[in-house]
Amino acid sequence: MSKWKIAWRSIQQRGLASSLTALSMALGVMLVVAVISIHGLVEQSFRNNSSLGYNMIVGATKGGRLQLVLNTVYYLSQPVENIPYSYYQEFLGAEEIDAYRQAVRMEELGEPRDGKFRLFTRFAIPVCMGDYFGHFRVIGTTPQLFDGFVYDLANGKKYEFAAGRNFETYSEENGYFETVVGATVAREKQLEVGSKISATHGDPEGELHDEHPFTVAGILRSTGTPMDRGVFVNIEGFYLMDGHAKPVSPDPREALVRPPIPMSAMLGGQTERSAIDTPQAFQPLKVPEREVTAILIKTVNQVVTPGLMNTINEGNVAQAALPVAEIYGLFTTIVGPVKQVLLTLTIMICIVSGVSILVSIYNSMSDRQHEIAVMRALGAGRGTVMTVVLFEAILLSMGGGVIGFLAGHSLIGLAGPMIESKTGVTIGFFDFPSIDVNEFMNVTSLMNAVNTVRGGMGWEPIQRLAVPTELWLIPGLVLLAVLVGLLPALAAYRTDVSRALSANP
Amino acid sequence: MLRLNDVKKSYLEPNGNVLPVLDISTFSVAPSEQMVLTGRSGCGKSTLLHVIAGISRVDEGSVEVDGIDIAGVSESVRDRFRADTIGYVFQTFNLLPAFTALENVTLGMTFARGRYDPSRARQLLERVGLSHRLGHRPATMSVGEQQRVAVARALANRPKLLLADEPTANVDPGNQQQIVELIRETCEEEKISLVLVTHTPEVAEQFDRIVSLEEINQVNALAEQSPS
Repeated sequence: MSKWKIAWRSIQQRGLASSLTALSMALGVMLVVAVISIHGLVEQSFRNNSSLGYNMIVGATKGGRLQLVLNTVYYLSQPVENIPYSYYQEFLGAEEIDAYRQAVRMEELGEPRDGKFRLFTRFAIPVCMGDYFGHFRVIGTTPQLFDGFVYDLANGKKYEFAAGRNFETYSEENGYFETVVGATVAREKQLEVGSKISATHGDPEGELHDEHPFTVAGILRSTGTPMDRGVFVNIEGFYLMDGHAKPVSPDPREALVRPPIPMSAMLGGQTERSAIDTPQAFQPLKVPEREVTAILIKTVNQVVTPGLMNTINEGNVAQAALPVAEIYGLFTTIVGPVKQVLLTLTIMICIVSGVSILVSIYNSMSDRQHEIAVMRALGAGRGTVMTVVLFEAILLSMGGGVIGFLAGHSLIGLAGPMIESKTGVTIGFFDFPSIDVNEFMNVTSLMNAVNTVRGGMGWEPIQRLAVPTELWLIPGLVLLAVLVGLLPALAAYRTDVSRALSANP
Repeated sequence: MLRLNDVKKSYLEPNGNVLPVLDISTFSVAPSEQMVLTGRSGCGKSTLLHVIAGISRVDEGSVEVDGIDIAGVSESVRDRFRADTIGYVFQTFNLLPAFTALENVTLGMTFARGRYDPSRARQLLERVGLSHRLGHRPATMSVGEQQRVAVARALANRPKLLLADEPTANVDPGNQQQIVELIRETCEEEKISLVLVTHTPEVAEQFDRIVSLEEINQVNALAEQSPS
């Protein structure tokens, strides 16, 4: 019979007390798991999503850079202000402007010249925000966001369609009114290719844009990023919705460029644009009427990035933010310390739970003196009875730990939808955040040096080792159990066998 | 099998006084011998059994069991020696309540070297008439059944010396004789030396050799001589 079994029988003997002790440990571990997992996964997701495929965001000067990043990348917070479309065109080349003009089917769409930031820019994608479809954000953009766009450079991941295709700048069937929706949106709203959707203005409860619905052209495959929760409409269709055109001073040429009103509507006495019933009847806005909320930019290389950023920030039209830097800054200055406080609290809860195990086992020792003495009389050594008591503490800790682990992840599973709605980060029931062991053990520089040498010798580099954070809980719990079990184990060790046997059981 | 020479054992009382308990010049038990040890309560019978089992250490003298002086070895050696060589039946059975009858018997085997043998434990329980109670816990068993489990446990490691400390004291008269016969027969079959402590004359009378501890323990003799 193993010592583990003897310890287990001892736990069974004090079933209620043991259960309560394990429960207190379970609660502690549950909190630790919940804090570590939720924080770790949110942080991991934020950081993973900081590999965006672009490295700079340009937006209005109003509001901070962090707000610009949170709003543009995670669809959190509210867009504050817009920047002129002509400013966006400063990142484009003449041929890009002209190609887009042709795609939009306009006679004129700004001056076809190379923008002043063109040389520093690999690509620039405009985004317009402010509308909602249900509680999901509507983002007006160009098809470029999905056309072969690599959003995860490290792993070469591109956006893929679970169904349908990318929206077109202009399609014969739907005009400017095509959309691509994220996986979560499609699932929750039960959308499929061909579904018609209309946005609300400025707020989930805002006025419905009933000018013309957008037709779902494609549904994105889930990426586990905030993109799953986005409704990506053609920016040209976005501009054509009420209240999205920037008011400009009256222009005698306006009559020539405003969308034509169909004859049927005229005959019916309706003169509003809502009366227009065919998507082909709309004409895109002119450049002065256009604004963008943000521009997603990939610079030609990292060397030019600081200079471009400074140039943009020195002007008074827009500000540039580096999303990765902003996100890391957020975690370093705000989220990191909060995590430390939460972790400290939960670890203290675990220690209190550990002390309760100590008290429970130690209190039982007076009752168990006789039992221990019997085992000693049967030939068990002092070390054996000490080990049995230690095993008992470990079993209680680990048992409580397993229950706490499952409960913690259940909590995460329950909190997942709420976290997703607040942060856009999808967290599954059994997702585990990881710790980079090299970083944790402060040997990153050493490993880099070793890999440099190995590389020089033509050997494969040593891979970074990432260990799920919660795996650290196992040795942690065992250590805690050994520490709290030590005192009662010593009491068992010191049991006076002769005296205990002489006493009545 | 067992030889005590000039054994002295005393306890330190809480008030600092030394209380002598044992002072035995010589006492021995031959291999396979079955004998009874009697004496009034408090005369040191249990202490003597503890000394023989190596549970308590003597202050002076030698306690030779199966050729080894256990008074001169370390505690861990005595623990191992006890598990391998000594069987112990307690007055109050001392079965562990969380363990089944079978587990109580195999528990003793756990602490001895290479003796873990559940099939022997089953055989022993069958022999004491408890084959139908293997999975039962002590609380669900009668007093007589519990003592029979205790006897099986004491015999589990094939000991060379069985110490039985008033094994029938808590058993009803109907079961007393059964327990005594069981112990004696098993010891005889397995050639185990037996030292059985009892207050019951009917039990003592069945043995060829009866030793009164009061007669061999000088502490008792001195106590009787001193004025009260």
